[in-house]
Amino acid sequence: MLMSEMREGDSATVVKIGGNGALRRRIQEMGVLKGTRIQVEKYAPLKDPLELIVKGCHISLRVEEAAQIKVEVSG
Amino acid sequence: MTVAEQTEKQLTIALAGNPNAGKTSIFNHITGTRQKVGNWPGVTVEKKEGHVRKEGRDLRIVDLPGTYSLTPFSIEEIVARNYILDENPDVVVVIIDASNLERSLYLATQIRELDCRVVFALNMADVARTRGIKIDADKLAELLDLPVVFTVGNKNEGIDALLRKAIELAESDHTPHQQRKVKYNKDLEKAIAAVQKVVVADLGDELPYAARWTAIKLVEDDKIVKERLLEKPTELSRQAFEEAARQRQLLMERFDEEPEILTTDERYGFIAGIIKEVHMTAIQQRVDISRNIDLVLTNRFVGFPIFILFIWAMFQATFTFGEYPVAFIETLVGGLSSGVNSILPDSLFKDLILNGVIAGVGSVIVFLPNILILFFCIAIFEDTGYMSRSAFLMDKIMHLIGLHGKSFIPMLMGFGCTVPAIMATRTLESEKDRILTILITPFMSCSAKLPVYIVLAGTFFGARAGTVIFSIYILGIILSIVTGRLFRSTLLKGVDAPFVMELPPYRVPMVKSLLIHMWDRSRIFLKKMGKIILLGSIVIWALTAFPRHVNFSMDYDAEIQGAIQKYDAYRPVSGKEMQQGLEARRDQEVNSLKAHKAAERIEQSYIGRLGKWVTPVFEPIGIDWRGGVALLTGFVAKEIVVSTMGVLYAVDDEPDALERALASSTLTPLAAFSMMVFVLLYLPCLSTVAAIRRETGSYKWMTFSIVYTTSVAWVVSFIVYQGGRLLGYA
Repeated sequence: MLMSEMREGDSATVVKIGGNGALRRRIQEMGVLKGTRIQVEKYAPLKDPLELIVKGCHISLRVEEAAQIKVEVSG
Repeated sequence: MTVAEQTEKQLTIALAGNPNAGKTSIFNHITGTRQKVGNWPGVTVEKKEGHVRKEGRDLRIVDLPGTYSLTPFSIEEIVARNYILDENPDVVVVIIDASNLERSLYLATQIRELDCRVVFALNMADVARTRGIKIDADKLAELLDLPVVFTVGNKNEGIDALLRKAIELAESDHTPHQQRKVKYNKDLEKAIAAVQKVVVADLGDELPYAARWTAIKLVEDDKIVKERLLEKPTELSRQAFEEAARQRQLLMERFDEEPEILTTDERYGFIAGIIKEVHMTAIQQRVDISRNIDLVLTNRFVGFPIFILFIWAMFQATFTFGEYPVAFIETLVGGLSSGVNSILPDSLFKDLILNGVIAGVGSVIVFLPNILILFFCIAIFEDTGYMSRSAFLMDKIMHLIGLHGKSFIPMLMGFGCTVPAIMATRTLESEKDRILTILITPFMSCSAKLPVYIVLAGTFFGARAGTVIFSIYILGIILSIVTGRLFRSTLLKGVDAPFVMELPPYRVPMVKSLLIHMWDRSRIFLKKMGKIILLGSIVIWALTAFPRHVNFSMDYDAEIQGAIQKYDAYRPVSGKEMQQGLEARRDQEVNSLKAHKAAERIEQSYIGRLGKWVTPVFEPIGIDWRGGVALLTGFVAKEIVVSTMGVLYAVDDEPDALERALASSTLTPLAAFSMMVFVLLYLPCLSTVAAIRRETGSYKWMTFSIVYTTSVAWVVSFIVYQGGRLLGYA
């Protein structure tokens, strides 16, 4: 599924990061890599952007950007 | 080394690190108040530098922009990387958030790849410790072959040790060993080696950077490095580019990924290996106060109300508490001018000092308290970490205009005063976002324009004045949205800056850093604005005061004398009560004569002539030469529009005199509305123009803003006035 489809509190593992090169690289540089465990902490009150927890850091992404990331929900 | 030799030595130490890693507090502790804030050449990124003496050396400390990587996407990253590459600082201190080792090491690894001398500061060691994170510093130092020091930046711990290590390393002949570098996978290494061979063979001594690093960057298709190589004879770099393109093609076929994605992956792999050896505990989730605070502050239901409350409080503090010191400063300025008035004899020089310098600079310096308070509030927002939450909340709305969530605060401040609003755009990281925000902020109707609306709307719209003024504000907001969307899709296309933003843990701000923050920005306001405003005020004064000799339509001085004598003649024969009535009538007559004299003098001054000369421009939008002159003088400050109209319509000091004069003039309600529209939109005041010049770092954007706002003002007023006439309004 896509990261943008995850609900608050869900955890998942990143499978593939799509999108243009700049976006992909920026997401990677913030520590979101293939195989990284992520958790969706919450969506903003207007449903966009969303807040992720990655390696203990809190990072916000726009929903359209999260829609470029494929994840596998586990447990 | 002798003492003399030691003192000659100046070492440059650059501080690098992630945003929120505590770089600023370390910088503040090292340099204290002896710091210089400026801009990096050619860009609007803030550059901070400080000089200190430690261990007998002069240290120049340069604070590089906070970045997550050295990939040249943002202007900050380019600035940081170019500084290290081109200026060759003696040591680069990388400040690492110890509680966030993995991500911090990404930047650190990239810096190490630049072949410079690096010291690691494992900062916020105390936070890491309380979270159960233990880092084996000796092991880290050994693995990466560089000195590692624990620091607690906000408590000033470990800073001396850090500087000692940095000096030690700078004066050693230590060069990083090749085998301590990031090793990429076999295919990548093969590609790098192939490109490196061509690079060395063709460019050899001409090479501006280390060969391996250049090869890696060519494989990554790094734009800046390519540009730099193109400065060399093209024949030579062409070969290298071709080889790099070939290797990239091979890698893409093999891995189905761009090589720069592969190298990022590999660097993180290298980091993971280090983490395994030095990190004692698995990274836990943030189960701390910060997360709980966020449950409230970015809550679905109360997040926005709380945000609005904070913004309201900031507004109140800035523009209400600011009033008290403003009144005080106004009294001071008033005292100064009456002092000058009584000391100096009447002369041109006195006029210049009083009406040019003191009035001009005084009208700007009264903003200082507001600016100090505003920047203090913004510093609190930034230093606590709330600023990124406000961007998180507002991003959806701002994104519709093509802006970043952080643009909201500057735009909102624009309703108060455009100058601090434009200075508040510094919180935006992307230069494009910043320039776009600067270009549309002047359309947020500032408080100085309000007196103009009140006079015009109050005179011509009576009970509907409130609605009319409200519609003016709405018009400004609509035009800012239109402008935002227009520029985002044309001049300032912003596809390259994704909204990937860290929400750092909340922190209790340090008073010292809040004060430094506030003072830095206010000082810039005073210094730079001061010069331009002084100059501008003098020019406007000169245009108003010259030519000195005016051919009045009658001898006003004689008339005034005559009026006084006429009333004085009655004095002996009248009773006390009657005398008071006579005096009042005398004063009225004298004041009216004086006002007419002043009106005639400004009509014939250069600015009056200028106003008449530009009448053809203002006529189609329903503004006569008086309005034109008032608008021209409004360039100094918008409030002046009202006082100039007062002078031009020759009104005296009585309340509502201007309103009555306007009502009996040829001005129609439609023309008044057109003028209000023009005042809303036309060129920003002198202080704002100075701020735009400063914050965009270029005359180009300043000129663009002046031309754009004034053109929009004219076109919209034209549509309003001519359209209104077609519809039958007069």
